[in-house]
Amino acid sequence: MTDLLQALTNGVFLGAVFALAAVGLSLVFGVTNMVNFAHGDLIMVAMYVGFLCWSLAGLDPLLAIPVAAVTLALVALLIYGGIIRPVLGSTQLAQMVVTFGLLTFLRGTVQFAFTADPRRVQDPIVGDVRIAVGGVAVTGAQLASAAGALVATGALAWFVHRTETGRALQAVGEDPGGASLMGIDAGRMYALAWALAGVSTGVAGSLLINSFGIDPLAGATFGIMSFIAVALGGFGSILGAALAGLLLGVVQGVVGLYLSGYTLTAALGIYLLVLVVRPQGLRGTR
Amino acid sequence: MSGVEVPAKSVRWGRYAGLVVVALVLLVYPLVLETSFLQTIGVLALTMAIAATGWNVLGGYAGQISFGHAVFFGTGMYGTTLLVTAGWSPWLTMVPIALLAALFGVLIGLPTFRLRGHYFSIATLAIGMMVMSVLPNVKPLGATDGLSVPFLDEGFWNLTFSLRDKSAYYYTALGLFAVATLVTWLFLRGRTGSYLEAIRDDEFAAAAVGVPVWRYKMYAVAMSAALTSVAGSFHVMFVTFVDPASSSDLSLSTAIALIAVVGGAGSRWGPLLGAWLVIALQEYTRTYLSATGRTVDLMMFGALIILVVLVDPRGLVHLAGRPFARRS
Repeated sequence: MTDLLQALTNGVFLGAVFALAAVGLSLVFGVTNMVNFAHGDLIMVAMYVGFLCWSLAGLDPLLAIPVAAVTLALVALLIYGGIIRPVLGSTQLAQMVVTFGLLTFLRGTVQFAFTADPRRVQDPIVGDVRIAVGGVAVTGAQLASAAGALVATGALAWFVHRTETGRALQAVGEDPGGASLMGIDAGRMYALAWALAGVSTGVAGSLLINSFGIDPLAGATFGIMSFIAVALGGFGSILGAALAGLLLGVVQGVVGLYLSGYTLTAALGIYLLVLVVRPQGLRGTR
Repeated sequence: MSGVEVPAKSVRWGRYAGLVVVALVLLVYPLVLETSFLQTIGVLALTMAIAATGWNVLGGYAGQISFGHAVFFGTGMYGTTLLVTAGWSPWLTMVPIALLAALFGVLIGLPTFRLRGHYFSIATLAIGMMVMSVLPNVKPLGATDGLSVPFLDEGFWNLTFSLRDKSAYYYTALGLFAVATLVTWLFLRGRTGSYLEAIRDDEFAAAAVGVPVWRYKMYAVAMSAALTSVAGSFHVMFVTFVDPASSSDLSLSTAIALIAVVGGAGSRWGPLLGAWLVIALQEYTRTYLSATGRTVDLMMFGALIILVVLVDPRGLVHLAGRPFARRS
């Protein structure tokens, strides 16, 4: 029983990070109607930014969060302006392929710069913290990443749903032509969606390096989990993506307890099951 | 394919001249370039060209972008290894295994063909990853260790040749590629090709004018999977080893798709052009620049993909054809 509780707890904490990763992807999809296959690799880049802050300036990962968030927002804007905007009017194939090219390029560039050797941040502030409640232990890294992920996800959801600019973002996602008639600059909204996604990957990446190793493929799992969370939650639904991310974390935690080799299989299996029963996702409308 | 029909009389030369030049270059390649390295590039490029030709039927012509084709390539690799171990000739394994792959394709199509665009692509990505996540736990397929093709005597019937001169493998691959291209041409000729392109361009419109969308998507995935599996069957005889990483990796799935796209999705010669370019680039950078431990092949491949899509999303075939294109 304690084992199960521990697995559930670990799952919830992992799921919080999946949720944050998925929310950024969902935002870009909802607004630009385009899947960014390199999303997980932006998280990987953020992990390296956090690592550089630590190794060059001695900055703790928690303090590196704003640095990584700003850096990744700039990187995302650069990507948007350089390679995404030119293909906005192109075929869906071109759009998908260009982000696959980006994925390959980011992995290759980071591998070129840092080699494939795994890096790790030594002794982060949260490293020694460990809280045990009735046999269930929670590490400081888990607490920090879950809290950070919840705050960031909440802030993003609040921005999109409750502010004027956020509503403009949603309007562009639903009908760019109609939105531009209302005086909304669609191009600026697209750029904003990418920048916000960049911020979310920046936060996610610097939270992750408290407990995860850093290598050029480190973003792959988080990328895959965010696609599945977004597809599972319903494309474009931010809340759906966040909930699905949590669910995936819990599934991985619990399945890992009983069948350690099948965590990924189980997460993918749930997605495929939902696909058959409810193709539009848990909260999708289409 | 081209928008403007040119009277047959004036293009007769152009149409066949291109084919003859390509065929001649492919035929003399291993005779002129005799090093093992260059011949290996040729064998790998032709193998990937066969796989990408298969992908092109579903992705390029029918417009269903799959990122899970490694499943079919892996079916070929594992299937042929198992049957050859049981005493079959590699040649005899190709057709039954291709039929099995076609069946897998139809099974994958059943739940996923209801999805459109991104949704379909992500579903195929997930299915491919799921197979990859299960394989390391499957004992009869060698789990993480994989399987080795048993040692066979050299000879055509055994699809086993001398490793010093790779030209025998090269010509076998070339023959298979020619057959795959011919089969694809026969398959797409006439109504099927037009139906698939109609589905790609606008599924609803296609259904509205009476194209049996569901059935033709199934035909496309079956043919696509079968061709890709043949590439896998040949590949495992060349490398004589298969494991989960080499047969069903996500990067293999994306490589098959990206080769077709870089060359030109939905064009007859796109897969061949894309495969030669990508494989040559990959092998050269790997061999000559990886000694430093800093690989540049991924970086260059990524940049190449982005560049091609930005310059002309229809692929290199169109780029190469541009100077010769008729101005209308």
